[in-house]
Amino acid sequence: MAPYLARHPESAPEFTTGSRAPVERLYSAVDRSGADEERDLGYPGAYPFTRGPYPTMYRGKLWTMRQYAGFGTAAESNRRYHYLLGQGQTGLSVAFDLCTQIGYDSDHAMARGEVGKVGVAISTIEDMETLLAGLPLETISTSMTINSTASTLLALYLVVARRRGVAWTALRGTVQNDILKEYVARGTYIYPPGPSMRLITDMFAFCAKEVPEWNPISISGYHIREAGSTAAQEIAFTLADGIAYVQAALDAGLDIDAFAGRLSFFFNAHNDLLEEVAKFRAARRLWAQIMRERFGAKRPASWALRFHAQTAGVTLTAQQPENNVVRVTIQALAAVLGGAQSLHTNSRDEALSLPTEEAARIALRTQQILAHESGVAHTIDALGGSYAIETLTDRLDAEARALIAAVDARGGMVGAIEQGWVQRQIQDAAYDLQKEIDTGARVVVGVNRYRDDTANGVPIMRVDPKLEREQVERVRRFRAQREPGAVRASLDWLRRAAVSDENLMPALVECVDRNVTLGEIADALREIFGEYHENVVV
Amino acid sequence: MTSEARRIRVLVAKPGLDGHDRGAKFIARAFKEAGMEVIYTGIRQTPEAIVTAAIQEDVDAIGLSILSGAHRELFPDIMQRLRDQGAGDILVFAGGVIPDEDREFCRKLGVGAVFGPGTSADEAIEFVRTHVRPA
Repeated sequence: MAPYLARHPESAPEFTTGSRAPVERLYSAVDRSGADEERDLGYPGAYPFTRGPYPTMYRGKLWTMRQYAGFGTAAESNRRYHYLLGQGQTGLSVAFDLCTQIGYDSDHAMARGEVGKVGVAISTIEDMETLLAGLPLETISTSMTINSTASTLLALYLVVARRRGVAWTALRGTVQNDILKEYVARGTYIYPPGPSMRLITDMFAFCAKEVPEWNPISISGYHIREAGSTAAQEIAFTLADGIAYVQAALDAGLDIDAFAGRLSFFFNAHNDLLEEVAKFRAARRLWAQIMRERFGAKRPASWALRFHAQTAGVTLTAQQPENNVVRVTIQALAAVLGGAQSLHTNSRDEALSLPTEEAARIALRTQQILAHESGVAHTIDALGGSYAIETLTDRLDAEARALIAAVDARGGMVGAIEQGWVQRQIQDAAYDLQKEIDTGARVVVGVNRYRDDTANGVPIMRVDPKLEREQVERVRRFRAQREPGAVRASLDWLRRAAVSDENLMPALVECVDRNVTLGEIADALREIFGEYHENVVV
Repeated sequence: MTSEARRIRVLVAKPGLDGHDRGAKFIARAFKEAGMEVIYTGIRQTPEAIVTAAIQEDVDAIGLSILSGAHRELFPDIMQRLRDQGAGDILVFAGGVIPDEDREFCRKLGVGAVFGPGTSADEAIEFVRTHVRPA
């Protein structure tokens, strides 16, 4: 080798993954000498689920193509959902505006300029009925990206279903409901960790009994990665969040096998194809072990990690946006080779604005081409057994395990967040990565190499400011027409429940049914629970 | 204090409700490493809070980071408040998800520069160094 290298030196002194981990020239059986195939890989659908959560994977059922969408008013978003379902999309994914996510009605002072911007504005049961008009709630599955106000949004969904005569047992879907990552990466928290965790475990208990097909949480690494973490940190902090939720539910007296099978996960599908495939496999193996060994879960369904994936928004460039279609294709391929249960592919224009209809269609078509033309869905875990993939899987497994131990040593995720430790870990990784891009050590095509300033134009979508004014008026009109006694009585019930240990969900269902608004509910709980203020770490 | 001794003071602020603070935190740290004094507000700041902080901290420049799309409503408010409080000479620049066609809108408001996705920290540092008011 040495004489060859002397004559033909490699192009860089070292090669690294997208997470800046070293990559060897060649992997072989030598790297896997301690491996035990039965123990480390097993079979799809069986412990430790490295190769996939189901025995037949995509041969039985393709992943759900679930494009995250929502903007402007409920009526406008409802039209986009009908369009997407008409184009062959198989599940809904609702994006809410920031006011809805942070518990402000559209007419609140903090809502100015934000109404309907990054998602749909929902303040009232009337908004929710409009959002879901004509959608077959008994057959579709609906995912809602909502966290600190997740209980309220689920209550709204349940009341709409009941009014339409759809049984709650028939409802399928997911609320994100993952507050811990909001404190470290996404920022839509309202209350401090204690009461926030209680809202979550109340929903676990309520769903297990009343809405058994509903996933009451989607434990999300996506935003942790978007905030700049490495792949190993993404696995570790997500699973550590999962550990915190499971522990909180056990502490609240729930039986692990009654809820663990409905825990779902959400990961990023980033640029480094091989590292990402390995990441999904390592996450499944590690979670299976945590659930069986650490928590003593008995049902195989409690051990299996099921996940949604979204391509990495952070990798999209404003420069030469057409190139993003190619990035998204590679990232989506990683998710499919990694065994995702559902997938969102980003649109080419998302570094610039919300997607246009055309851009959203190309993103969906990318998934359909992968599913029906590429052939990669026919074989389960097609890269399994590759020396490189298995070595990467082992490395990520080991790194994530060490990080989880470090979180445990800080009193678990809540403690580690309160100390600012998790935020610091992510920020340091983000800073190092951005530095590499700034110096050109990491190539971003069209940005720090192969620039072409003539190729940057792409049509963008804009939310009409008129929509905000109309929505504000609609909310005010709604409030003026209610029966004030019923509003007061249901809010009183909510307050009583909040100061006791009564499950909050029945009171929330009553509130929204009696026309209490999302902002009023959040305000009532703010008074009792207090508000969380960020521990600013730079 | 002589002008050489005074370090450039920058407020990095996040107006609006979005929690995407990777860019704001990166730029805050890069400015700090470039020798400037940096105050970072944290997320969800109102125009009023940003302007108050800028005046109290006696900053030379304000960097606004926003990705929610609310810049068309919030930037005019911030610029107006700065002028009303006699702080119109503070250099203001912005970053985040701001469409190209809004650059002119921002420029007319008096925002000195808009750094879109893909800008390097050095570009922003150089801009601040060459454009802050003379001490």
